[in-house]
Amino acid sequence: MEMNQKEIRIGFYVCHCGSNIAAMVDCPDVAKYVGTLPNVVLSRDYKYMCSDPGQELIAKDIAEHKLNRIVVASCSPLLHEHTFRGAVEAGGVNPFFFHMVNIREHDSWVHTDRKEATEKAKGLSQAAIARVAKHKKLEQKKVPIHPDVLVVGGGIAGIHAAMTLANAGKKVYLVEREPSIGGHMAKFDKTFPTLDCAACILTPKMSAVGSHPNITLLSYSEVTKMSGYVGNYDVTVKRKPRYINEDLCTGCQDCISHCVFKEPKFADEFNENLSKRRPVYIPFPQATPQVVLIDPEVCLNFKRSVLTDKCKKTCVEACGEKKAIDFTQKETLLDIKVGTIIVSTGFQTFDAKRIPQYGYGKYPGVYTALEIERLVNTSGPTGGHVVLRDGKTEPKSIGIIHCVGSRDKKTNRWCSRVCCMYSMKLAHLLKEHTGAEVYNFYIDMRTPGKGYEEFYDKLLEEGNHFIRGRVGEVTDWAFTKEEEGKLVIRVEDTLAGYVRRIPVDMVVLATGIEPHSDSNDVRRLFNMSCGSEGFFLERHPKLAPVNTFNDGIYIAGCCQGPRDIPDTVAQAGAAAAECMALIDKGHIEQEPNTAFVLADECCGCKSCLPLCPYTAITFDEALGKASINEALCKGCGTCVAACPSGSIVQNLFDDEEIFSEIKGVLAYE
Amino acid sequence: MSKPKVAFYWCASCGGCEETVVDLAEDILGVVAAVDIVLWPVAMDFKYKSIEDMPDKSITATLLNGAIRSTEQEEMARLLRRKSQFLLAYGSCAVSGGIPGMANQFPREQILKFNYEECPTMVNEKKVHPQVSCSDEGHTLKLPQLHNVVRSLDQVVDVDYYVPGCPPTPKITKAAVTALLEGKLPPKGSVIGPDAALCEECPRKASKPSVWDYTQFVRPHHKLLDPEKCFLAQNVICMGPSTRAGCEGACTTGGMPCTGCFGPTSRVTDQGAKMMSSLCSNILAKDEEGINKTLDTIPDPIGTFYRYGLAKSILRRKVNLPA
Repeated sequence: MEMNQKEIRIGFYVCHCGSNIAAMVDCPDVAKYVGTLPNVVLSRDYKYMCSDPGQELIAKDIAEHKLNRIVVASCSPLLHEHTFRGAVEAGGVNPFFFHMVNIREHDSWVHTDRKEATEKAKGLSQAAIARVAKHKKLEQKKVPIHPDVLVVGGGIAGIHAAMTLANAGKKVYLVEREPSIGGHMAKFDKTFPTLDCAACILTPKMSAVGSHPNITLLSYSEVTKMSGYVGNYDVTVKRKPRYINEDLCTGCQDCISHCVFKEPKFADEFNENLSKRRPVYIPFPQATPQVVLIDPEVCLNFKRSVLTDKCKKTCVEACGEKKAIDFTQKETLLDIKVGTIIVSTGFQTFDAKRIPQYGYGKYPGVYTALEIERLVNTSGPTGGHVVLRDGKTEPKSIGIIHCVGSRDKKTNRWCSRVCCMYSMKLAHLLKEHTGAEVYNFYIDMRTPGKGYEEFYDKLLEEGNHFIRGRVGEVTDWAFTKEEEGKLVIRVEDTLAGYVRRIPVDMVVLATGIEPHSDSNDVRRLFNMSCGSEGFFLERHPKLAPVNTFNDGIYIAGCCQGPRDIPDTVAQAGAAAAECMALIDKGHIEQEPNTAFVLADECCGCKSCLPLCPYTAITFDEALGKASINEALCKGCGTCVAACPSGSIVQNLFDDEEIFSEIKGVLAYE
Repeated sequence: MSKPKVAFYWCASCGGCEETVVDLAEDILGVVAAVDIVLWPVAMDFKYKSIEDMPDKSITATLLNGAIRSTEQEEMARLLRRKSQFLLAYGSCAVSGGIPGMANQFPREQILKFNYEECPTMVNEKKVHPQVSCSDEGHTLKLPQLHNVVRSLDQVVDVDYYVPGCPPTPKITKAAVTALLEGKLPPKGSVIGPDAALCEECPRKASKPSVWDYTQFVRPHHKLLDPEKCFLAQNVICMGPSTRAGCEGACTTGGMPCTGCFGPTSRVTDQGAKMMSSLCSNILAKDEEGINKTLDTIPDPIGTFYRYGLAKSILRRKVNLPA
């Protein structure tokens, strides 16, 4: 087929894409015009080029008309370049003797004048015809893939992904920055809409992770560096000192009860600071790993001086022969090699203080939803007894304000998706625990999900109050005797059509989901993209929802956008499956559109060295020349443009190809 | 067997290229002994008529320097092309327009007006401009006219080889002449000289940093420069990275940055654009304001990046006139 390479024989196809293209571009006219161009042997228009018959048509024409170059004018190469390259290869021609013209996203979808759009399609096609003649035969390189996986973030997403992979026999490193895995879900009391106990469904999974032979759990650790490329990532993990030897600690917690602090004195982060802990502590009873840690900020042993020498190291004494306590522990760095990475770093809840009119931090009766999760939890600060901050008063009336830091141009514009449901769950639990009157203040009730609308119905039947309106303010300024000593919620009831004042004992703010404040650092660390709101960007919302633009790196859970537990688990499973698809294939086919240095011609000016975003360029000081690791190169072309002597060339984008394309498009009158 | 015939000719040039031929020093004796010089207006007296009378292709090689600026130069370029087996563009002006090529920034009329009327040192009360003919005592004298634009030699006639440099160094001249005399000629269209950039042979290469992060550029007279350190590392624009090697760092050894006279390597279409692309890639600032601030420290981008190559560059002229 490719015997006589001197004669260029181009086959051209213009796709109607149903009416997507054909409605705005006169496809037969484009085919007719391109048929008159030099080297074009065959020119057709076809309804759906990406369909099986469309692809077979290319293969058939290659054989019949001895074609050795193919151009398809259709949609974005992102969508179907791979498809058509496959069709060209099936026809026995090197898949890189193919070029794609985007006349959908770049033409039919963005224009309104059919004549002009048709002309544009002709011009773009002419450019491709000029370019494809200059294409060179290229080979896809195969690179072996490292079978181990790194999962970053040990919330429910990371746990599920790690377990799925480990059960399939893959070795997994699970890195969690907190002392225990579990994430936000570990703090919840019940889960909606089934009201399963969160701990009952989560903690067995957590301990399974802790004891799984295929999972290396790196808690209280953070990824600090990542380099390499799909299939071969080098990752550095910083292990923060717990001052406890994880291998020796049995989790007996004798050290905690023997601490010199008889009473817990320091804010307990796990309980949203609603209770106290000692300097040596375990975050919560089911923490995984079952290993205590010491907070050096408050432990007296770290504050030893002439003036204070109160610490008698009673914890060390209590630990005894186990000798698990090690005050000399230092931060360590662990280098690991993995082939694929799942980023499931979760979210942070909206800081309720950003909306001062709701009084969080000002009135003790105002709580965030997460605080209530702890308050209604049997293992929470009050053992599940719902009382106000004074520790004794049970609330008689409770107001739950929805959309705090969601659907609001002043804070976050997006809907956090879970707040309506968890607010109703909390309403149910609070009513159950206290028998209080519960008011929900909502903008719209959003309950799409299996069993969600039914849950809403159930809440309505239970006698919860639902008031439609965005709350204006929470105040302790009483107008009437009934309001005295209460928190008054001022809201315009948009269904009743007037402004209401609802006095309550407790206000719950349904704070929304937002990206972690350091998500940008994580994004940079793993070379990912972010949307404008800061959530990690998937490669394609429908076709590649857990993929990122960096091959071999996947995302799952709320780091990609707000979602509930079922969706998070589904996404984590999908990410795990994507990893396995790569691992089990055993190798990665690399796009050959990489750049390379012409070794004889490189003068060693070092202009390219600092520019590579993938650290693919190295400099050989002995030879005085740069070189590119093609496995690392993603073909971005930055170095190619920057090489002042033209000594870096990029496959599929060499000067001859680009100038031919430009000349081609300019030649169209 | 008769000796090969060689012609030297100059068009829009400064005469520096002619000097280089003499700079061959005693080697020139070998050249003179080996060839018959049939035309060399700067050194000897010849009549154009005798060239016209020669059979076509009877001159083995013509080394033509200077850009094509006037009708006379174009006429001579065409004549010598016809009479020569090999036509060599000798020196930056013939190769790519050279210094005269920078005139393409302005329309011809503007140049003439400035030089014959507005230039502070010009006294020309009658505002006389050059004329294409003048008559005196019944005799009419015809004079050449300036073209609208300056062109490189190959924009006018077919060129066989290029000898770059402003001027070409004796070494590269010798290499060209030797190749001609010994018949060891590279493929047609070749540039005589290495094809890597100048940094390759620059004595300052070892001092290059791995990170550039330009925040400003300075000119050589702005600060006391380290005589051993890479100019770019001292924020002085040096065209070395985008300029063909072959001069052995004549300027950088002598304390001045490369200005790019050897032109680009064979892989680069536009030397100035490539160098700008390279420098701009390495500017520290990433916002428009910061980038502009850095670039504002280059007062004459054309003179900096296109000192020798404007005529041959892909930049369009300000006025769209025929040559």
